[in-house]
Amino acid sequence: MITTDILIIGAGPTGLFAVFEAGLLKLKCHLIDALPQPGGQCSEIYPKKPIYDIPAYPEILAGDLTDKLLEQCKQFEPGFTLGERAETIEKQDDGSFIVTTNKGTQHKAPVVAIAGGLGSFEPRKPLLENIVDFENKGVEYIIKDPEIYRNKKVVIAGGGDSALDWSIFLADVASSVTLVHRRNEFRGHLDSVEKAQELKNAGKIKLITPAEITAINGNGMVESVEVTKKDENPIILETDHFIPLFGLSPKLGPIANWGLEIEKNAIKVNNALDYQTNIPGIFAIGDVNTYPGKLKLILCGFHEATLMCQAAYQIINPGKRYVLKYTTVSGIDGFDGTRKEAPKAVVKKIE
Amino acid sequence: MEQNDINITIIDREGVKHQIEAPTDMAMNLMEIVRSYELAPEGTIGVCGGMAMCASCQCYVLSETELPEMQDDEEAMLSEAFYVKDNSRLGCQIQMTPDMEGLEVELAPES
Repeated sequence: MITTDILIIGAGPTGLFAVFEAGLLKLKCHLIDALPQPGGQCSEIYPKKPIYDIPAYPEILAGDLTDKLLEQCKQFEPGFTLGERAETIEKQDDGSFIVTTNKGTQHKAPVVAIAGGLGSFEPRKPLLENIVDFENKGVEYIIKDPEIYRNKKVVIAGGGDSALDWSIFLADVASSVTLVHRRNEFRGHLDSVEKAQELKNAGKIKLITPAEITAINGNGMVESVEVTKKDENPIILETDHFIPLFGLSPKLGPIANWGLEIEKNAIKVNNALDYQTNIPGIFAIGDVNTYPGKLKLILCGFHEATLMCQAAYQIINPGKRYVLKYTTVSGIDGFDGTRKEAPKAVVKKIE
Repeated sequence: MEQNDINITIIDREGVKHQIEAPTDMAMNLMEIVRSYELAPEGTIGVCGGMAMCASCQCYVLSETELPEMQDDEEAMLSEAFYVKDNSRLGCQIQMTPDMEGLEVELAPES
């Protein structure tokens, strides 16, 4: 069981900044995120795109913002459970919560802050009627362990970076790799496209375009897929695995069943005070919450995270006195023993 | 009706037809018009914010209105999206202009 002071669901910008603000109050944080890396949408959807409305940054790339937030909160040693989705929450008799992920990892904390953005990112599934019957029986939407494809026949569908990169990677692992895409052009990094072209020319990747997978066949396990090329009759392609890589889309997911008041696909919070939900001890900050006048902006998430931490302090340290301190005045004491502080003014007499 | 507004028709995902007035002087695109009138629930449209990176604002263009030509990123996104038809466009890539008076679109299903 992982224990912490504030359990943050979602490791996007708002969640990461909450770690820093909590650290100033000597509260420790642990973050859960369904994605394998921190940063949320900033690292998953648009790492190379600029943001222009982060105060004091006339322009910053979303990926760089993530790096800076990680650097800023580093000394408060946040814990991470990545690649796992928060599934259930149980209130304990002592008022704390236990949050369990889809992989069974348990976390216990007196305060839970949901900073889940638009929800957890789930793979977008192609519209094939029987595809769910073959999930984990030859159909995988995310490649976790490339070794399972060793000496197997693999069909990949999609036209973005992940379809290209995995086709390239698996060309050396699988016995055959076929990449199927709806158009002739691919949208990927230039080197990925060039590398795929090389492997195609060398006969290590088979490319079928413009085409779509139109059916999956098999008795229990995937045995073949039907590939339909534009304006041609479908062909049957024997394969052991079918890997559709059509990107991820966010879904509120299991959080929607936690008994929280939901409105417009977001969690209603008390914005007059501390962004607490209808369940005391559970807060919602950033894009995942809603209140009158809500704006889904990173900078608003930062503000909400800051106020949430003050309320969390009161829950964790009931009745304990505290006043807001300025980092310039008091410096920052990291949980790792480091200290940052403003240099002392030089005091010297003029003779 | 404001001077810079145009009349357009949007059929929502439940099949309900909405005749609305769309401003053309606020640099708004079709996805944002749909959101401003709340014709699709928040979180189900414009998920990526309008970067042609999610296809949640896909719509079918039903009128003969002349629209801006499709750019590479829109075409690439639509090539990976679902429920795509010949008249599919991404709403976020269609900036509202005065000559789009009479535009009629239908929102594609959520996917």
